[in-house]
Amino acid sequence: MITARRLGRDFGLKRVLRDVDFEVPHGGFLLVTGPNGSGKSTLLSLCAGLLAPTAGELAVEADRGEIGYLAHEPLVYRELTALENLDLYGRLYRVPERRERIGMLLERFGLWEARRERVASLSRGTAQRLALCRALLHDPRLLLLDEPYSGLDHAGARLLDDELDSLVGERTFVVATHAPQRVEALATAALSLA
Amino acid sequence: MTYLGDVFALARKDLLLELRSRDTVPAMLLFVVSTLVVFHFALPSDASATAETGLLWVALLFTALLGLVRAFVAEREERVLDGLVLAPCDRSAIWLGKVIGVVAFLVAAEVVALPAYALFFRPVGWELVAAVALADLGLAAVGTLLAAMAAAGRARELLLPVLFLPLVIPIVVGGVGASATDDPGRYLAFLGLYDAVFAILSWASFEYVVTE
Repeated sequence: MITARRLGRDFGLKRVLRDVDFEVPHGGFLLVTGPNGSGKSTLLSLCAGLLAPTAGELAVEADRGEIGYLAHEPLVYRELTALENLDLYGRLYRVPERRERIGMLLERFGLWEARRERVASLSRGTAQRLALCRALLHDPRLLLLDEPYSGLDHAGARLLDDELDSLVGERTFVVATHAPQRVEALATAALSLA
Repeated sequence: MTYLGDVFALARKDLLLELRSRDTVPAMLLFVVSTLVVFHFALPSDASATAETGLLWVALLFTALLGLVRAFVAEREERVLDGLVLAPCDRSAIWLGKVIGVVAFLVAAEVVALPAYALFFRPVGWELVAAVALADLGLAAVGTLLAAMAAAGRARELLLPVLFLPLVIPIVVGGVGASATDDPGRYLAFLGLYDAVFAILSWASFEYVVTE
C-alpha cells in the first residue's frame, strides 16, 4: 500500500529525511521510531500527501478520503464543540449515516458527556480522544498516527489499544511513537529513523 | 449540491466561530469608524467629493485588510487547514466558504461605516452602495487567496498587505470612479469584470496555494 524508495525531504538547507526505504502492504503495520527531530512527523505528513518529497519516490495507494491522519495537533477548531467539529468533518469526508457514526465514536471514546463542550475547554487527553475520533470518523483504509498515546491517561490508552486491536489486519497502519512497547506486538515491520 | 453543501458548512463554521470569539468584526467596526472620525477632522471643510470618497475607500480597504489578516487564524491554530485539505471535498470549497464569511464580515462593517460616512461627509447614493457591494466580492475573492498564501509563510502579517494592496488598486479606481463621477455605470461594470476575473483565478488556484 505504501512504497518508499530513497525517500528524502529537505526544509531549506536542513535535511530532515534521507534515503528512507520501506514498504507497507495492505493490512500491514509499520512502527516508526526515532529521537526528536529524526523526521517521524515529516514522514507521516509525506505519506498523507501534505508534504511532497524532495528526493526519492513515495507511492501511497490510498485516496485522500481513505486516509485517517492523527497529527501532534488535534486538527479541530478550538471554538467549536466536539460534536460540531466531528459534524463538519463528517460532512466533508462524506461519512454515511454521519450522526450515528459520530455518536458511536463519541460513546466509544468516552466523549459523549463532553460532546457539547468547546475544544478550548477540553483537557489535553480529552482533545486527543477527540482527535482519534476525527481520524477514525470516515473509517479510513490507511491510518497514519503520530504519537497516538500522547496525552492519554490509562483509560484512554486502553481504549486506543482496543481500537487498534480491532482494526489491525483489516486496515493499514503507520504509527510513529516514542513508546514502541505499547504497539510493537501489533507491528509487522519497524523503521528506525536516526 | 454536495459542493454547495460543503461551501455552506464551511461558511457556517466561520460565522459560528466569529459569533463565539468576536475577534474580527468588532475590531473592523472600531477601526472603520475611528478612521472616518480621523478623516472628518483631518479634511478641510471645503474638501471635494472625490477626496471624501477616496478616503472612504481607503478606510474600507484597510478594514478589509484587518479582517483578512485574521481570516485563517483559526485554521492555522491546531493545523486545522491540514485536516480540511485532506478531506475528499473539492479544495476550492474551502476558499468559497471563507469568501462568504469574509463578505459577511465586510458587510457588517459597512452597515455601520456607510451611515457614519453619511453623517460625517455627504449622503450615500445608490452608486456608492453598488460599488461597495461589488468591491466586497473582489476584496474577499483576492484577499482570501492571498490570506491563505500568507498563512503558510512565516512573515504572514507583513506578506499579506504587500501582496494584497497592489492587487486591489483597480478596486479603489473603480470604487472612487463609480461613486464620484457622472458615469458610474462604466466603473461598476469595471468592478464587476474585476470580480469575475479574479474570482475565477482565485477559485482555480486555491488548491495550489494550500498544497505542495
